[in-house]
Amino acid sequence: MGKTLYDKIWDAHVVAVEPGGETILYIDLHLIHEVTTPQAFAGLRAAHRPVRRPDLTLAVADHNTPTEGQALGVDAVADLEARLQLQTLGRNVKEYGIEFFPMGDIRNGIVHVVGPEQGRTQPGMTIVCGDSHTSTHGAFGALAHGIGTSEVEHVLATQTLRQRKAKNMRVMFVGEPIPGVGAKDFALALIGEIGTGGGTGSVIEYAGPAIEALSMEGRMTLCNLSIEGGAKAGLIAPDDKTYAYIVGKPGAPKGGAWDLAVTEWRGLKSDADAHFDREITIDVSKLAPTLTWGTSPEDTMAVDGLVPDPESFSTDDKRAGAQRALDYMGLKAGQPITDAKVQRVFIGSCTNSRIEDLRQAALIARKALDKGLKVATGVRAMIVPGSGLVKHQAEEEGLDQVFLQAGFEWREPGCSMCLGMNPDRLEPEERCASTSNRNFEGRQGRAGRTHLMSPAMAAAAAFAGHIADVREYL
Amino acid sequence: MEKFDQLTGPAAPLDMANIDTDQIIPKQFLKTIDREGLGKGLFYDFRFDMEGKEKPDFVLNLPAYKGARMIVAGDNFGCGSSREHAPWALMDFGIRCVISTSFADIFYNNCFSNGLLPVVLKADEVHELMGEAKGGNHVFAVDLQAQTVVSPSGKTFGFDIDPGRKEKMLKGLDAIGETLEHASAIDRFEDKRRMTRTWATA
Repeated sequence: MGKTLYDKIWDAHVVAVEPGGETILYIDLHLIHEVTTPQAFAGLRAAHRPVRRPDLTLAVADHNTPTEGQALGVDAVADLEARLQLQTLGRNVKEYGIEFFPMGDIRNGIVHVVGPEQGRTQPGMTIVCGDSHTSTHGAFGALAHGIGTSEVEHVLATQTLRQRKAKNMRVMFVGEPIPGVGAKDFALALIGEIGTGGGTGSVIEYAGPAIEALSMEGRMTLCNLSIEGGAKAGLIAPDDKTYAYIVGKPGAPKGGAWDLAVTEWRGLKSDADAHFDREITIDVSKLAPTLTWGTSPEDTMAVDGLVPDPESFSTDDKRAGAQRALDYMGLKAGQPITDAKVQRVFIGSCTNSRIEDLRQAALIARKALDKGLKVATGVRAMIVPGSGLVKHQAEEEGLDQVFLQAGFEWREPGCSMCLGMNPDRLEPEERCASTSNRNFEGRQGRAGRTHLMSPAMAAAAAFAGHIADVREYL
Repeated sequence: MEKFDQLTGPAAPLDMANIDTDQIIPKQFLKTIDREGLGKGLFYDFRFDMEGKEKPDFVLNLPAYKGARMIVAGDNFGCGSSREHAPWALMDFGIRCVISTSFADIFYNNCFSNGLLPVVLKADEVHELMGEAKGGNHVFAVDLQAQTVVSPSGKTFGFDIDPGRKEKMLKGLDAIGETLEHASAIDRFEDKRRMTRTWATA
């Protein structure tokens, strides 16, 4: 029987198999950041262990960096705990000889934007990071997933990870999406269908014509959200778009080595007779722009729909959960979701802060400006580019001017309001149209209300002052 | 890692599905550079109101559940962020065992790095234990060697667990030390890797 892409990458990285069945898997790239590593380095130091492969490790500062005043440096960060954590990372990477793009460096940014942007993320690799959205890198045909801090320490010390093999699942995306529908909508629709635990224990391979048609940025958005469906990782077989994205990047193979690499990468796909434990097909031509109404990424709905009635759910637990979510979100069953007024708009995060995401938001902003519209009164709208390089490119293209003219804030890179570890967060009961990945209670600020959606939808909400159907702004 | 063999103590019912790691330990507690002291932030938004006062009706604030050593929870416990601060906070609070129908992968792995035992049981079994945890006597006994949970009414529930993980948890073994026993296999893998990936820079 044939092998899946996941099987192939797994098999190529097995170092040893323990009698109990646990596999020691080699790790090709270890990305690290300030929040989930201090205790790992402290553990290494206590045990007098070196970092085995500093050259396969890359560090950035992203989770609690402020999105203004970065040029003043870490010592000027106002939050003392955040400052200490950022300084601690700086000390650790220096002591262990790890490459680091510190805050303020143009190459710095959100770890899952930086890896691909630097050409460090490559097909066939195993990639880990102490961050659940490491699944993003699966867009390149790399096996990539989040790990805990003890595992970060394990990878630093051994360049391997103890793993059990996951199941193979495949999601086929077929059909052609209508204008206004893209990768974010695909992902939300899938999570709505399988639930936040639907992928637990599985690696999901995304395939089909609608995936082939997606840009690399779109593929990263989709793979990024694999974890919100509970999956261990998301994977997309590499193709010419993948190679076109990587070629010429600082970490990419050069000259003759490039051709050798691409020849090898072309073999990275599931065999025709490979077995998948579960298969799902989604027809994207049937999708409307999609967003979340509740407090779990599985609480999805079409923008032209009505907020669901808890009574329509199948079990007592689900009815109670839905009612709790509606109460928290300040919504009523049966109301059009477009009635919900927003006070905040956040365009950013490892899900949607790349150049194409900003271009999509800017397209909506340009059209709105042409109609004489500005960001609605009473709405604070923030754009946070994923990296210094994304910010620079957007400025080269004049996108910053479009946003500023329309009334958006143009910020410096980082994770920002996706998780609110830095000063960017929601006030209680503020409603936010957000391009991030989690709408959990309190995620963006205590008692804050998050609706997940695409960058184009979030931009439309900024102009409307309420949840809006992007199709009216195209 | 702290070893885990047997545990007898009060179990608190947390009858909600999809309890995510943002709920278990909110973001403001992630700025620490230590593993200790996170118990103060455990379930912070559930335990405390906006003014920082205890919410008297939350289960872990009820006198009967002060000193809880276990939690019985709804499906898909620990979903979301990879933060190991979640098991650190549970452990620091005194919780050594969580019983549910399912756990999110990263949280589940993190438990085994810390000596926090995640017990997976069937939906009807968790439902039954949830009922008993809500009752007057809610002292459970968990035995990892025997792979059993004994409820207050005396009913025994068997659970499955990976033998390798069980062994490590019973002994409190250091996973890094165990892996470094394979140092020569890692060396050989790296030699082969260098030869086959001639195009790679690292």
